[in-house]
Amino acid sequence: MIRVLNWVDERFPVRKMWAEHLAEYYAPKNFNFWYFFGSLAILMLVIQIITGVFLTMHYKPSSEHAFASVEYIMRDVPWGWLVRYAHSTGASAFFVVIYLHMFRALLYGSHRAPRELVWLLGCVMYVLLMAEAFMGYLLPWGNMSYWGAQVIISLFTAIPWIGDALAEWLRGDFVVSDATLNRFFAFHVALIPLVLTLLVIVHILALHSVGSNNPDGIEIKKNKDERGHPKDGIPFHPYYSVKDLVGVVVFLIIFLGIVFFAPEFFGLFLEKDNFQPANILQTPPDIVPLWYFTPFYSILRAVTYPLFGMDAKFWGVVCMGLAIALFFVLPWLDRSPVKSIRYRGWMYKTALTLFVISFVVLGFLGMKNPQKVDLFWFPNLVWAQIFFFVYFAFFLLMPWYTKWDKTKPEPERVNFK
Amino acid sequence: MVHEMGQDEAGTGKSEFQMKRFIAFTLAITVSSWCAAATEDAPLDAVYINLSDTASLQRGARLFVNYCLSCHSASYMRYRRMGEDLGISEELLKEHLLFAGEKPGDLMQATMPANYAKQWFGVVPPDLTLIARVRKPDWIYTYLRSFYLDVGSPSGWNNTLFRNVAMPHVLYQLQGSQRLVSDGAAENGKPVFRLERPGEMTPEEYDESVRDLTNFLVYLGEPVKLNRYLIGVFVMLFLAVLLVLSYTLKKEYWKDVH
Repeated sequence: MIRVLNWVDERFPVRKMWAEHLAEYYAPKNFNFWYFFGSLAILMLVIQIITGVFLTMHYKPSSEHAFASVEYIMRDVPWGWLVRYAHSTGASAFFVVIYLHMFRALLYGSHRAPRELVWLLGCVMYVLLMAEAFMGYLLPWGNMSYWGAQVIISLFTAIPWIGDALAEWLRGDFVVSDATLNRFFAFHVALIPLVLTLLVIVHILALHSVGSNNPDGIEIKKNKDERGHPKDGIPFHPYYSVKDLVGVVVFLIIFLGIVFFAPEFFGLFLEKDNFQPANILQTPPDIVPLWYFTPFYSILRAVTYPLFGMDAKFWGVVCMGLAIALFFVLPWLDRSPVKSIRYRGWMYKTALTLFVISFVVLGFLGMKNPQKVDLFWFPNLVWAQIFFFVYFAFFLLMPWYTKWDKTKPEPERVNFK
Repeated sequence: MVHEMGQDEAGTGKSEFQMKRFIAFTLAITVSSWCAAATEDAPLDAVYINLSDTASLQRGARLFVNYCLSCHSASYMRYRRMGEDLGISEELLKEHLLFAGEKPGDLMQATMPANYAKQWFGVVPPDLTLIARVRKPDWIYTYLRSFYLDVGSPSGWNNTLFRNVAMPHVLYQLQGSQRLVSDGAAENGKPVFRLERPGEMTPEEYDESVRDLTNFLVYLGEPVKLNRYLIGVFVMLFLAVLLVLSYTLKKEYWKDVH
């Protein structure tokens, strides 16, 4: 065994990499609950790739056979139902994990210097994950798949001059059709997962080069012992490998609990309209994307005023794009001298709380009919417009409220127990 | 039904009116099939679904094959799978449930060709494999008990839950025929029917049969639901053990972190 390892090591730096990224990668010892979601995101990627490969073995990417082939997987392929439910639940679970992973950054300032590049890579992956989920959602060729894709692709027609041609180019047809299904399949199973996986590696390399942040938002590399190791750091392996294992098991209990006991998750993960095949003549009563897109869908629908000679739809699309794009510049919007929420003042705490509320409420409203009243007093549309402003205020006012905020002094060493 | 009533109300003006009404209804059927029942909020009767009640599923399967499968397909489901899950042997399957020379490995296809169905009903009857996942079981249970005689409808039948549905009351031999006394005027918002001519079953027996059929349709929507929960319990137990082990391991390692 050792000889084999030596042989490989002379030709490829296995031991060096093992040391650099696991056995001698010093991570802060004060990681809390919020630090489980990085490794869980990798777990989700692996689950999606493995289940995806098995689905691809039986799935038929054609408008004629796609729906039936999914039911074939559900009924005739041994354990096909488990693979399919794991994949469909996995899509939602992936987003839950990613949203919590991103929230962690906002809590402890993990996106700020010197980790801007780690954050930017993460943002690119988030956008790719949305594309991956959107294209994957068309593949079962259910009626909601079909009309969801129809609506989202038609957003591109809002772009002046080239919009119609662009939408047609994306679909490969005048409507969502077999051509669209085939190209979405190609992107979903080949290109995007490949790029995502590569970016995950770059994301981790970038992180390991600057070192992990921690709940105190201070740099553990500033305090090193005589051997040059951070005093507040512990080797990732075995300490965090065994700790993350606990996180993985707890996560699997929830994840597989849903897979086995509630895979439709009350219509949130698998919608009832998607149990009938795509039908170009039958529009579902309410066309809504899956829950992980609904905050942005709400923002899109909240814009109802035409401006500067452009119609409301155009501005809706612009705002929706902006709502996602603003995440990219977050490290530069934040002017606070401290990183962690533990040492920030009331302004950032209030802003972050309002932002989370706006994200959740917009997500809820995105699943509802804008004209109806599902909260209180006002129709859903009015609430969406109110939280539209809350959402953007979090980003656009950040340079001021983080600067004016009264912060507490950061400690020299991390808080542990 | 339509012809009978046409004779009753003989008279040129009236028959022209009937004709117009017929066209209007045909249109209405087509439109209603596009926008799939606008009666989303109608009050439903609750049905008790129990997938471990194999006898009920077997009775439901029999009703389904005898009454539904002539026009509707369940084209994602194979006879053999149904037999295996519901404890129906291949001999019994061949004897009682396979009529037109189908093989146990075949998908459950409608007897009636789709183009005929389109001519007769104006729409192709929808595939029923997943109907219980598209609509609630309560909806199916209520729907199959809400047919009433309606002279104005092309089939002679109408349904309070699915207005102007193209489907006639296929189970009327069992239920008998009922008339609509009041539509949603009762205090619970539900329509009131009067049984005009009793069928082969008493109302209680009919409700029970519709429950069997609904139960079967829930099974049909997801055959694996029968074992999914059971496997899930074992997976959870396994993970619980793994949790204890992994937590103990973590505690052991982290003892020396201060």
